[in-house]
Amino acid sequence: MSGRLDFDPIFAGPFSHLLVSGAIKTFELTATSWTLAVGLGVVLAVLRASGIPVATKAVAAFVAYHQNVPMLVQILLWYFGVPTLLPDAAQSWINAHDGELIFASIAVGLCMSAYFSEDLRSGLRSVHHGQQEAARSLGLSFFGTMRYVTLPQAIRNALPTFINHTVLLFKNTSLAMTIGAAEMTYVVREIENETFRTFEAYAVATLFYLAVSLGLMGLGALVEKRIQNQGR
Amino acid sequence: MLDIIQDNWLLLLVGQYPKGPLGGLALTLILSVMGLVLSFPISIGIALCRTSPIRFLYASSTVLVYIVRGVPLVMFVFWGYFLVPVLVGHSVTAFTTLICTLIVYESAYLSEVVRAGIQALPKGQVEASRALGMGYWKTMLWVIMPQALYDMVPSIISQFVSIIKETSIGYVISVQELTFSANQVNNNLLTRPFPVFLILAITYFLVCFVLTQCAQHLERTITRKRTPKITQLRSIANDSVLDGQ
Repeated sequence: MSGRLDFDPIFAGPFSHLLVSGAIKTFELTATSWTLAVGLGVVLAVLRASGIPVATKAVAAFVAYHQNVPMLVQILLWYFGVPTLLPDAAQSWINAHDGELIFASIAVGLCMSAYFSEDLRSGLRSVHHGQQEAARSLGLSFFGTMRYVTLPQAIRNALPTFINHTVLLFKNTSLAMTIGAAEMTYVVREIENETFRTFEAYAVATLFYLAVSLGLMGLGALVEKRIQNQGR
Repeated sequence: MLDIIQDNWLLLLVGQYPKGPLGGLALTLILSVMGLVLSFPISIGIALCRTSPIRFLYASSTVLVYIVRGVPLVMFVFWGYFLVPVLVGHSVTAFTTLICTLIVYESAYLSEVVRAGIQALPKGQVEASRALGMGYWKTMLWVIMPQALYDMVPSIISQFVSIIKETSIGYVISVQELTFSANQVNNNLLTRPFPVFLILAITYFLVCFVLTQCAQHLERTITRKRTPKITQLRSIANDSVLDGQ
C-alpha cells in the first residue's frame, strides 16, 4: 500500500470504461430485478388477500422460503443448480446471453418480490375494512375495489418500507459478483487486482453505491410527501 | 439427494473439525452469535446518540447509520479485508475480518431497532422519571431501557436471522462457514449442483424459519402482556428500517 492517494490510474484509459460498464450493469440488474419483484409482489399480495386457501398457503410458503434463505444462496442455486435441470438447448441459449445477469435478475427479483408482497400486505391490512365493504356495496367488483379503493391507500401506507426494500434490492445486486456478473463490485475488484490501488478502487465503488442509495431514499421521500399531500 | 446428505452431513455440520478447522453450520452459528453479542452494546450507544438532544452526537451517528444503509455488505467485507490488517498491524484470519465487518454493519442496523424501541415508549415515561429527579443516565438505565429492550426482543431475533443470512457472505472471502462447505461438497461431486445447493437452502431455511416463528410467537405474547401499548408495538413491527437482510 502506498502512502499517497492517487485516483488517476483508476480513471485512466481502459479502467474508466470498465467502471462505466460496471455501473450500467448494476443499473440493468437493478431495473430488471425491480420490475420482476414489483410485478410479482403485487400479484402475490393480491393472491394472499383473495382468501382462497390454497393460494394463501402457497404465497405464505413462497414468502417464507425467500425471506429465510440468504439471497447469496438463492443466487448460487439459480446459477449453478437450475441450469442442470434445463434442456441442453436452453442451457446453451442462456450461456450465449449473459447467463449470470439473467439468473442474478431472477434470483434477486424473486427474493425481493417476497419482501414487496409483505410490504403491500401490511399496507392492505392497514386499510380499514369498511373501505372495501363500502366499495363492494356500491357495486364495484373485487378487482375494481382493489384497483380504485384498496390498493391506492395500501400503496400509500406501504411506501416507506417499499422504498427501503428498493434500496436493499439495489445494494444486493452486488451479490451477483459471486457468479461473475460484471457489475460494479466485480469490476472494482478487477481494477484493484490490476492496479493495486485498493483504497481508491473501493472508495469509488462505495461512493457510487452510497450516492445512488441516498438518491433513491431522497426520491422516495419526495414521492411520499407528494402522495401524502394528495391524500388529504 | 439423501445420499449427498449421508456422505457429507459432517462436513456441512462442523466442517473439517476435529482434523481441520471448525466450519459448516457450527461456524455460521458461532459467527452469528458473536456478531449479535458484540454489536449489541455498540448499537445501544449509537441508538442513544441517535435520540440524543446533543446535535453533534445526533448528526455523526445519523451519518454513520446512513452510510451503512447505503453501501452493500459485500463492499464492507472487502473494506474489512483490506483495512483490518492495516489497522491491526499484522495479517488476520478471514474469520476475524468477517466478525469485524459484521460488527460494524450490524451495530448500525441494530441501533435502528433499539432507537425504534426507545421512541415507541410514551414520552410520559421520560418526563415522569425526570420529574422524579432522576438524571438522564438513571432514566435510561432504570426506566427506558428495561421497557424498550423487553419490547424489542422479537425485533432482535429477526435481526439475528438477518445476521445468520449475512454470514453467508463469508463465502466470498473463504470463511469456512455453511455456504463455503456446501460449495466444497459441490466441487467434490461436480455433477450435482442442484441438490447440493438445495440442501444448503433448506438448511438455512430450517434454522431461520424456526427463529422467525419464535419471534412472531414472542411478539404476540409481548403484545398481549402490554395490551395498552398495542399501537406502539405495531409501530416497531412496521418500522421500515428494521427488516431486510
